[in-house]
Amino acid sequence: MSTTSRKATPTSRYGKVGHVLNELDDRLGVAKGGRTFLDKIFPDHWSFMLGEIALYSFMVLMLTGVFLTFYYVPSQTVVTYNGSYLPLFGQHMSEAYASTVNLSFAVRGGLLMRQMHHWAADIFAGAIVVHMARVFFTGAFRKPRELNWTIGTTLLVLAIANGFLGYSLPDDLVSGTGIRIMFSIILSVPLVGTYLAFFLFGGNFPGTDILARFFILHVLVIPLIILGLVGAHLFLLVRQKHTQFPGPGRTETNVVGSPMFPVFMAKTTGFLMFVTGVIALLGAFAQINPIWQFGPYVASRISYAVQPDWYMGFLDGALRIFPAWEFTGFGHTIPLEVTLPAVIFPGILFTAVYAWPAIERRYTGDNELHNLLDRPHNRPKRTAAGVAVTMLLTMLFIASSTDVIANYFKVSLNTVLWAMRILVIVVPLLSYPLAYRIAKEMQGVAGVGKRKVTNVVVRTDDGEYIATPAPVYADDAHHELDPVPVPTFIEGAVETSGDDEAEFETTPGVRRVER
Amino acid sequence: MSDHDQHTPVSLRGLSADDPHMQPAARRPRVVEGWIGLLFLLGIALLVLFAVAFVMNLAPWTLGATLGGGAVSLGAGLIAWGKYLMPRGPFVEERHPLANSESDRDAFAAAVVERGGGIIQRRKFLGGLLGTGMGVFGVVSLFPLVRSLGPMPKGTLFHTDWTAGSYLVDITGRRVNVSDLAVGSITTVYPEGFENTDNGQAVDQTVLIRISNENFTTMKGRESWAPQGYVAYSKLCTHLGCPVGLYEQQLQLLVCPCHQSMFNVANGALPNFGPAPRPLPQLPLMVDSQGYLQSQSDYKEPVGPGFWER
Ligand code: HEM
Ligand code: FES
Repeated sequence: MSTTSRKATPTSRYGKVGHVLNELDDRLGVAKGGRTFLDKIFPDHWSFMLGEIALYSFMVLMLTGVFLTFYYVPSQTVVTYNGSYLPLFGQHMSEAYASTVNLSFAVRGGLLMRQMHHWAADIFAGAIVVHMARVFFTGAFRKPRELNWTIGTTLLVLAIANGFLGYSLPDDLVSGTGIRIMFSIILSVPLVGTYLAFFLFGGNFPGTDILARFFILHVLVIPLIILGLVGAHLFLLVRQKHTQFPGPGRTETNVVGSPMFPVFMAKTTGFLMFVTGVIALLGAFAQINPIWQFGPYVASRISYAVQPDWYMGFLDGALRIFPAWEFTGFGHTIPLEVTLPAVIFPGILFTAVYAWPAIERRYTGDNELHNLLDRPHNRPKRTAAGVAVTMLLTMLFIASSTDVIANYFKVSLNTVLWAMRILVIVVPLLSYPLAYRIAKEMQGVAGVGKRKVTNVVVRTDDGEYIATPAPVYADDAHHELDPVPVPTFIEGAVETSGDDEAEFETTPGVRRVER
Repeated sequence: MSDHDQHTPVSLRGLSADDPHMQPAARRPRVVEGWIGLLFLLGIALLVLFAVAFVMNLAPWTLGATLGGGAVSLGAGLIAWGKYLMPRGPFVEERHPLANSESDRDAFAAAVVERGGGIIQRRKFLGGLLGTGMGVFGVVSLFPLVRSLGPMPKGTLFHTDWTAGSYLVDITGRRVNVSDLAVGSITTVYPEGFENTDNGQAVDQTVLIRISNENFTTMKGRESWAPQGYVAYSKLCTHLGCPVGLYEQQLQLLVCPCHQSMFNVANGALPNFGPAPRPLPQLPLMVDSQGYLQSQSDYKEPVGPGFWER
């Protein structure tokens, strides 16, 4: 420990563990940094957990993914299926599809791993989006954290890209159609689209190379980049320390919450187990991507309910409702009905997301360092802008099921199409002033954003009712304790009520308190 | 401790164990302890069951249920331990400014600007050459990565395997005879010999619809293209290339399931709904002496979605 001067003797006041730590420190000099790290403070607010969900689902993705690579064969070679799933027996299919069917039926635990992998992918992307929304609406991206905003946005792009690649690997009828659509989207890029598409696919669609290429991108290249960026993301987080909501004792120059060791470590390890467990339960009980029902990909066949994974939904929706505006002239064609919704629109969207910290800095002229978070209602314009973009994406997402909506509500497809075209424009435009208004109103409400305090209503002898705020912790006079530094030692013996308590007393912080 | 800390002064050595910060947040730690113990036991039991289920090769859902349930139980117990039985805090950590002192910053900038700048500025010419060299290296290293990936598109997208006299065959390779289809029915055809190739499936795929018993004209200039009511269109949607696989017989509409583009079969496959910008190209047909259907030629325009060179 850093508090003991290092001696030549290998013994430590702290026994065996202390000895090991000393030996480590002799070689790596970790004592001081290690202690600081154990004392690192994590704010106690649920919204700081969203990033952890993303991190842990990524870990599940890596573990289940490695399992899948043992059985999945990234080959488009046509084989005749002779496995155990009878409805497909004797059919021609790619080796990739056959191996995925085998993975689902013949490999022990294979179906569970596939479904866990797929659920983890959906949760990964979802957690990143929600985490990002938290960072956006609270202004956590402001100086000095712009770089982490950039890294986070890149992680979202890569999560979506890798999700699409993975979704394509089984080579079933639905995912094959997805690849076909991706080929056409790349083709739509002016000037270079044809070359890009041919190079990527090794020729005209479908070619023979695409699955092998998607495979290596999916299992190696992109996960490695993600891993590196996650590392950088967490390094910056430790270096710059957490942001925190304003509150008692919290200032721009401190962080208030629970220490890394033992509190946060216990909670976060527990949470890792919890997230993993939930993904396993989803994998067990919620069927996802039953590729054996779709059948193998045959380019001239089509399945009727073609729907991509949720994170691609907004693109599909945009493609559906965009008018058929192909441009032809000067001897060239620009399929604007594809280029605009599927290339230019996401391009603008993500550029705007990347640029947001700079845009906001330019607009507010604020170049200060910020460690205290904003309450969303205190930044009505930013909040309204975020709400408007969220609504735009939500409307596009809904537009990706125009046919389902038309069937369900028994209205014509044309009605749904036009309704969505109008809603996609009108809802964001209306939600901006609405969100702005609500934020402004909330600024006037006393106690908004403060911790809720339970009231205890007591009836007095005179029959009068009075409400008094209850302590935050039961039997405790303190509503909010003032924060104190993490102690090195726990001082003082406390009277114990029995022998069985003794163990508690020697374990810092895990102590029974008589009340 | 810096000056902004207006709170309780604390001893540097530590907190008393009686300090409210160090107390567990649970009112009855003993009870919570019991629950946590139960959760851990449940977790262990479920994980052991997982091993059993795995060894006995039980149904996949049993694996997930035991593994997931076990992990969730252990996780929930551990979270509860951290939340209720560990010091409740709150604790504080000072945030030391990341920025260094003025003189440190100056020394850094001086090294970059004066040292580096001085050396390069004196040899601007060499510096320029080095920069160019590195740039060329960067561009050239992309060549093997990009150029060897695939062939040049050349004219690939402009033609299909259909030629003058190709017989129309179904997916099993059987030639289609004029007597095969009843009015109102539809099938998918390929040029003979290509029904089992990638290109045949992905590019040449053509829908054959019989819309009447008479020779049919879908558009001016196509008077001889649909002998005995057999009309053939490319099956590739002009939007994004999905197979146009649905046929609304009463409305004579071909519908693309991907984004619901609709093409009017009787009217040159003109799109009348959805994002597809162009009609499906029509394949001119003829009938040989034995009544088998043939194509008069390739499609007169590129099939499928739009692209720059089109
Ligand atoms: C960013 C992280 C990742 C995402 C978002 C992701 C997503 C996906 C998705 C959605 C599938 C389709 C699963 C299905 O329903 O069949 C898939 C398949 C697959 N993934 Fe991943 N994955 C990720 C990382 C990895 C890693 C790190 C590996 C291996 C090292 C891996 C290996 C595989 C394999 C082999 C398949 C094909 C087998 C199958 O489809 O069942 N993935 N991935
Ligand atoms: S691919 Fe046919 S409508 Fe989009």
